[in-house]
Amino acid sequence: MTTAFPFSAIVGQDDMKRAMILTAIDPTLGGVLVFGDRGTGKSTAVRALAALLPEITAVKGCPVNSETPRDVPDWSGLETKEVTSRPTPVVDLPLGVTEDRVTGALDIERALTRGEKAFQPGLLAQANRGYLYIDEVNLLEDHIVDLLLDVAQSGENVVEREGLSIRHPARFVLVGSGNPEEGELRPQLLDRFGLSVEVRSPDDIEERIEVVKRRDAFETNPKNFMRRFRPKDREIRERILEAREKLAAIETKKPILRDCAQLCVTLGADGLRGELTLLKSARALAAYEGADALTRDHLRAVAPLSLAHRLRRDPLDEAGSTSRVMRTVDEVLG
Amino acid sequence: MSPGQAAWARACLALKLLAAEPTRLRGLTLRARSGPVRDMYLDGLHRLLGPIRKLHPAMSRDALLGGLDFTQTLATGKLTASTGLLETPGTCVLTMAERCPPDIAALIAAQLDAQLDLTLILLDEGAEPDEGAPAALVERVAFDVSLDGIGRLEATPAMLVRSNTRILSKDKSPKPRKTPMEVTELTRLAARLGIDTLRPPQFAMHAARLHAALNGRGAPDAEDLRVATELVLAPRAIQVPEPEQPEPETPSEQPEQTRNKTQSETLPQDMLIEAVRAVLPENLLENLRNSDASRGKGSGAGQRKRGNRRGRPLPSRPGRLDGTSRIDLVATLRTAAPWQTLRGKQPGGPIRVFPSDIHLKRFEDKSDRLIIFAVDASGSSALARLGEAKGAVELLLSRAYATRDHVALIAFRGDEAQLLLPPTRSLVQTKRRLAELPGGGGTPLARGLQAAAMQAESARHHGLSPTLAILTDGRANIALDGRGNREQAGQDARSMARWIRSMGVPAIVLDLGTRPQPALATLAREMAGTYLPLPRANAERMSKTLGAAFDHGLGA
Repeated sequence: MTTAFPFSAIVGQDDMKRAMILTAIDPTLGGVLVFGDRGTGKSTAVRALAALLPEITAVKGCPVNSETPRDVPDWSGLETKEVTSRPTPVVDLPLGVTEDRVTGALDIERALTRGEKAFQPGLLAQANRGYLYIDEVNLLEDHIVDLLLDVAQSGENVVEREGLSIRHPARFVLVGSGNPEEGELRPQLLDRFGLSVEVRSPDDIEERIEVVKRRDAFETNPKNFMRRFRPKDREIRERILEAREKLAAIETKKPILRDCAQLCVTLGADGLRGELTLLKSARALAAYEGADALTRDHLRAVAPLSLAHRLRRDPLDEAGSTSRVMRTVDEVLG
Repeated sequence: MSPGQAAWARACLALKLLAAEPTRLRGLTLRARSGPVRDMYLDGLHRLLGPIRKLHPAMSRDALLGGLDFTQTLATGKLTASTGLLETPGTCVLTMAERCPPDIAALIAAQLDAQLDLTLILLDEGAEPDEGAPAALVERVAFDVSLDGIGRLEATPAMLVRSNTRILSKDKSPKPRKTPMEVTELTRLAARLGIDTLRPPQFAMHAARLHAALNGRGAPDAEDLRVATELVLAPRAIQVPEPEQPEPETPSEQPEQTRNKTQSETLPQDMLIEAVRAVLPENLLENLRNSDASRGKGSGAGQRKRGNRRGRPLPSRPGRLDGTSRIDLVATLRTAAPWQTLRGKQPGGPIRVFPSDIHLKRFEDKSDRLIIFAVDASGSSALARLGEAKGAVELLLSRAYATRDHVALIAFRGDEAQLLLPPTRSLVQTKRRLAELPGGGGTPLARGLQAAAMQAESARHHGLSPTLAILTDGRANIALDGRGNREQAGQDARSMARWIRSMGVPAIVLDLGTRPQPALATLAREMAGTYLPLPRANAERMSKTLGAAFDHGLGA
C-alpha cells in the first residue's frame, strides 16, 4: 500500500472535507456519500481520512475490535485480556466481493486441515467501530446492497449459514463514493447515508494548478511532502478529539429545533431522518468550531449536506437539489 | 511527412515514452481495428514492455484478483490462494476494451490506483463513435493513440525501438522551484480544451519532463510541451478555443511578475492550441462540438437487466432452487468440495452436498423496449392530421408486434393528458382505443410531455426501456396549470422537455403541422431527441420514417 495523501493538503472541496470531519466527530451521523465527476479526489479524501482519524482502544487481536474484554464474542476463542490502542479501522469493500467475504463464513482452512467448524469473520466484523468504504457504490451488486442495508440499520451482523449461527456487533460509518454517470443509487441505500456531498472539478485555473502541483510534489518526494503537512493534519485530529468531548455539552434551544422541523417540512423531505441528521450534524459542526450553543449559521452550513439527497426530484428544477436546499434555507432562516 | 507518417511517429513516441517510465504514465489506449498496422504496433509493444498478460472483459473476479485455488487446496489439504492477473506488477492488455462492463472497469481501476507498477494497455476496437473503452480506465492511462488513417506502407517497424538515450539521472531532491512552467501551462491548456478532470494535465506534465530528459534537457521546453500536448491532451479535448482569442484573464491574487515571467520566457498557449488543432482531424472537431447531445441515448435494443433465464452468463451466486432458476452444477460442486472431510465423506462414498452449497445460474439480458406514443388530439391537430397519426401508430404497432416491443398510448387535448392504454403488447386493444380517440380542444403539450415522462419513469422501474414518440403540431396553448396562456404553455413544454433529457429517455418529435414548426425543432433539441417534420405525409410514409428513426437515430 502506498502512503496516503495528507488530508490537509487536499485543495478546495471544502464540503467533502467538512462532511468527513463531521462523521469523525459523531459516528452516529450515518456516513457520507460522495458523488461526483472522475478525478476529483473522492478516493484520495477517504484514504486521507483514514490516516487522520484518532486511534481507538481495543482488545488485542479481537476480530470485532471490542472495547473491553467483556465484549469479545465467544466464538473468537480469544484468551487475552490485553487492551491496546490501534488505528481506527477503515475497511475497503471491493466491488464484486462475495457474500461470505462480507458477512463472514466457515473458516475453510480450519475445516480442511483440522476438520473443525469455526467462524471466519468477514469485512463487516473488521469494520466494527470504524469505517466501511465502498468505492463505486452505485455499481455494487443488489444482493450485497441488501445485506449492507440490513446491517447498517441494525448495527448487528447475523450469520446463519453452513450450520453456523453467529451474531456480532457491526456498527460502522458507511462511506460511499461514485460517479452518477455510471449508474444511479437505489433510494433505500441513499437514505442510509447521513450526509451527501456533490463534488466537481474546480473551475478556477489557479486552484487546478495548485492541485497538480501538490500531487506532483507528493509523488516526487512523499517524505518531504508529508513533513510539510503533518502538523496541519495533527491540528485537525486534535480539533476532532476536542469536539468529541464538547459534543454533549452543546446547548440546543427550542427555536433551533423549530427551525430544523420547519426546514424539513418546507422542503418536503421524506421521513424524520432528515431532521435528526440535520440537528446532529449542526451540533457536530458547532463543537468543531468551538461554539457553546447551536445557531442558525450552523444549520445553514450543514443543511445542504444532510438534506440534499432526501428530496423528491422536482422535474421543473434543473439547478439540482443542493441549490433548492439553499433557497429554502434562505427563505426559512431569513 | 504525410499525415499518416506523422500519426505513426506520434504513436511510436507515445510507446517509447511509456516504456521509459511506465510507473508514471501508467499505460495507453490504442484505438484501432485489427490489421497489419495494429499488429506491427503490438509487436513493438511486446518488445518494449516485456511480457504481457492478456485480460478480457468477461473475466471473473477470481481470475483478476485471485481467489481460492481449489485444485491445490484439495490436493495438499492446505489453503492455497491463486494469484490474480492484476495482482502482480507488469503490463496487462485489456482486449476489446469497448465491451468492458463498468463493474469490471471499476475493479481494474481500483487495482491501478493501488498498484503503481501495473501498466494497462486498452485495446479499443470500437466501430461506432459512442463505442469506446470505459472512461474510468481511459482516464487513468496517459496516452490515447489512434492508428486510424495510417497506411500499411506508412508504418515502419524501425521506429519502434527502445530509445538508446539514457534518461538523465533525475535530481532526487530538487530545490523547491517556483511552480514549474510545465505545470501552469499544461493545466491551463487542459482547462481551455474543456478537459474537466485533473489527471490528464498530470500525465502531460510527466510526459513533457520525460521527453525533455530523453533529449538531454534538464527542464522541459516548448518542444517538450508541444509533444506532451499532442500525445496526452489533444485526444481528450472537448473544445478547441479559437487561436486568435486572447488569453482569458483569470482574476487572481497571483503576483503579476510571475505571470509575466512565465509568459515571456515560454511559449504562448496559442502555439499549443495550434498543435492540438493539427493533430485532430477536421470532422472530429465537428463531432466534438455537438457531442453532448449523444450522451444519454439508450441503445435501441433495451437496457441490460439481470435474470436467470437467458442472455449472457454472469457469475453464479448462492441461492435456493425455487423453480424459477437453474442450478449451476459446477459451481455447486466447487463449493461443496472443500467441506467433504468435515462432512464425513467416506473414500469412494457419495459426495455430500448441502442446500447451502447450491449456486444458481444468472444471465444478463436485454430488457424489453416500450414505445410511448403521446398523440396530440387537439382541435388544431385533429382536423388535419389525427387520422394520419392514428394510421401511423397502427403501422408502428404491427412493427412493434414483430419486434416484441411494448406500446403505451397517451392522448392530450383540452386541458388534460390521458393514458389511453397502459404498456401492453396487445395489438387489438390498442387499435380499438385508437379508433375511439376523440379530437378537439386546446393543446396542452406540457401536460402530454409530463404524462409521457412519468410513464417512461415508471416503465423503467418495471424493467422496460422506454422510448418516446411525440406526435403534435406544436401549437402549445394550454399551460401546465390548465390555463390558456400561449407563452406560459411554451415555457412549460420546454422545461418538461429538459426533464425528459435529464432522464436520458430517447425521444422522437413528429411535426404534424402543415408547415414545419421551428419551435418544435427547438423542443426536440431540448430533449436531445430527433425532430421529423412531416408536412403532407401519409401514414405509410410516416411509419417508414419513424421506423427508420427508431432503428438508426435512436438505435445508434
